[in-house]
Amino acid sequence: MSEPLSPVVVGAGPAGIRAAERLVRAGLRPIVLDEGQRAGGQIYRRPLVEDGRSYRGRYGSEAGKAQRLHQAFEALLPQIDYRPETLVWNISHSERGNQLDILSAGVHRQVDFSHLILCTGATDRVLPFPGWTVPGAYTLGASQTALKAQGCTVGDRVVFMGSGPLLYLVAWQYMRAGARVQAVLDTAPLASKRHLLALAVHAPRIVALGVFYGLQLQLAGVKIRYGVRPEAVLGTSQVEGLRYRRRTPAGEVVESIACDALAYGFALRAETQLADLAGCRFHFDERDRVWLPERDVLGRTSRPDVYIAGDGSGIAGADAAEISGELAAMALLEDAGRASADVARLVAARNRILRQRDILEQAFPFPADWFETVPAETTLCRCEEITVAEVRRTIASGSITEINRLKALSRVGMGRCQGRMCSAGAAELLSGACGVTADKVGRLRAQAPVKPIPLNFGGGKPEAWS
Amino acid sequence: MSMNPLLRRRYRLDETPVPFVLNGVAETGRRGDTVLTAILSVSGSLRQSEFTGEKRAGFCLIGACQDCYVMMADGRRVRACSTALLPGMAFITDVGAMAEIGHE
Ligand code: FES
Repeated sequence: MSEPLSPVVVGAGPAGIRAAERLVRAGLRPIVLDEGQRAGGQIYRRPLVEDGRSYRGRYGSEAGKAQRLHQAFEALLPQIDYRPETLVWNISHSERGNQLDILSAGVHRQVDFSHLILCTGATDRVLPFPGWTVPGAYTLGASQTALKAQGCTVGDRVVFMGSGPLLYLVAWQYMRAGARVQAVLDTAPLASKRHLLALAVHAPRIVALGVFYGLQLQLAGVKIRYGVRPEAVLGTSQVEGLRYRRRTPAGEVVESIACDALAYGFALRAETQLADLAGCRFHFDERDRVWLPERDVLGRTSRPDVYIAGDGSGIAGADAAEISGELAAMALLEDAGRASADVARLVAARNRILRQRDILEQAFPFPADWFETVPAETTLCRCEEITVAEVRRTIASGSITEINRLKALSRVGMGRCQGRMCSAGAAELLSGACGVTADKVGRLRAQAPVKPIPLNFGGGKPEAWS
Repeated sequence: MSMNPLLRRRYRLDETPVPFVLNGVAETGRRGDTVLTAILSVSGSLRQSEFTGEKRAGFCLIGACQDCYVMMADGRRVRACSTALLPGMAFITDVGAMAEIGHE
């Protein structure tokens, strides 16, 4: 008989739940650590109390998947050690082996693991512009979370801006919930949408849904604009409107629109801090312009006992996350000599989704020219309130060409969010200033604790795992 | 300084009320609220930034941006978007507003 396994799954979204499920099926009892209050992750996030909405009412076209995932988790619960509201803030190594440092209900504990499956998900990818810190300006994901989990809309007269399929979906959901959607401002040019025709061949459902949302918004009289770049949020203590430019056949025009909330974002950004602390090797992903942990098709990282799955290993969406969670668990079982399974079908299914993603990315491209027009006085770092001008000065005076050096000298990425909200912007800004591509400025290294923990602790001895 | 509430409730309207205190004034949230939802359903910001004093009201709502820290009357700070509202919690989001009440 081989060594006893003590696998730990971090995250309880689609990837984490499916990973845990596969481990349970092999007779293991994994520990599942979840920052959320209830399993489901962000996409299938559940409210703190029921609010009378059906699955259909809350998750729309994805209701079936959400319900199946939640049911799978409920069935799993007696067979796993599930810890909600638990932050994993460090990964360390001692003579005892590998440990995770966790914070739960204000108590620091250490958890031993033989194998780790990281399913840490993603956050919105955002870029700075004047007024993005004003109350009422939220990420696109935030606007959806408010509605899904809390039954609230951010504002009542809302403008949606950015790039990504979520843009039209959330605008439509807001309209359905009774908000007055003022406009959908797509930063991509209309011409980019021709790629949806190619996507329709591979994924007709995705395209049909997108077209449906767009048409319903248009029928309701919602203004939809393409090729938009924001100039500024209007209002200083609260969002009162948005001024933006857009390219038209006749040239560039500047327009303003009144609103009491703005929701914006540019697809998602993988949460990779724990993979970094685990010492996993990273590579630069050209399409998403970010550094991601290296992984094989099953989710093995460069470290033999660490696996990754879901959007935290590269943005591919919830369906791919479910598959990759299961695959990572299968890889773990195989490596531990517990089972070898036929992965071909799952790998093929995931590859199909990845190919669709590539097309989707072309239909909703990242606005790579962003910093060409962002004014110097714009706040780049929300936490430490550092402006674009200050960062540019630091870059110039220190002849900086590397992102960690920029962090050390400018404090960008050193604040409470640890670069989650500014690293995409900082990398674009630095690579632009150096005249190189974003991969050449290096990778912002993660530091423990990966999220703020109470000051009065951490120095003390961790309490026993129980 | 009269700011409009930032959030609009669309569901859970008849949910059990949960009393809390905001800048010395009694307010009501709902069972199932986060601290962020409760505060921003009746006001327009959560805190002032450390350096410029700008008003802030959270940004990501999923515990990533750390923009939503709120000071409690007992001096503790909580991350409003990921903390459940409990009856009797007391928050200070506007030091100026507290001072005015004190002088009334
Ligand atoms: S709003 Fe971003 S951490 Fe709470």
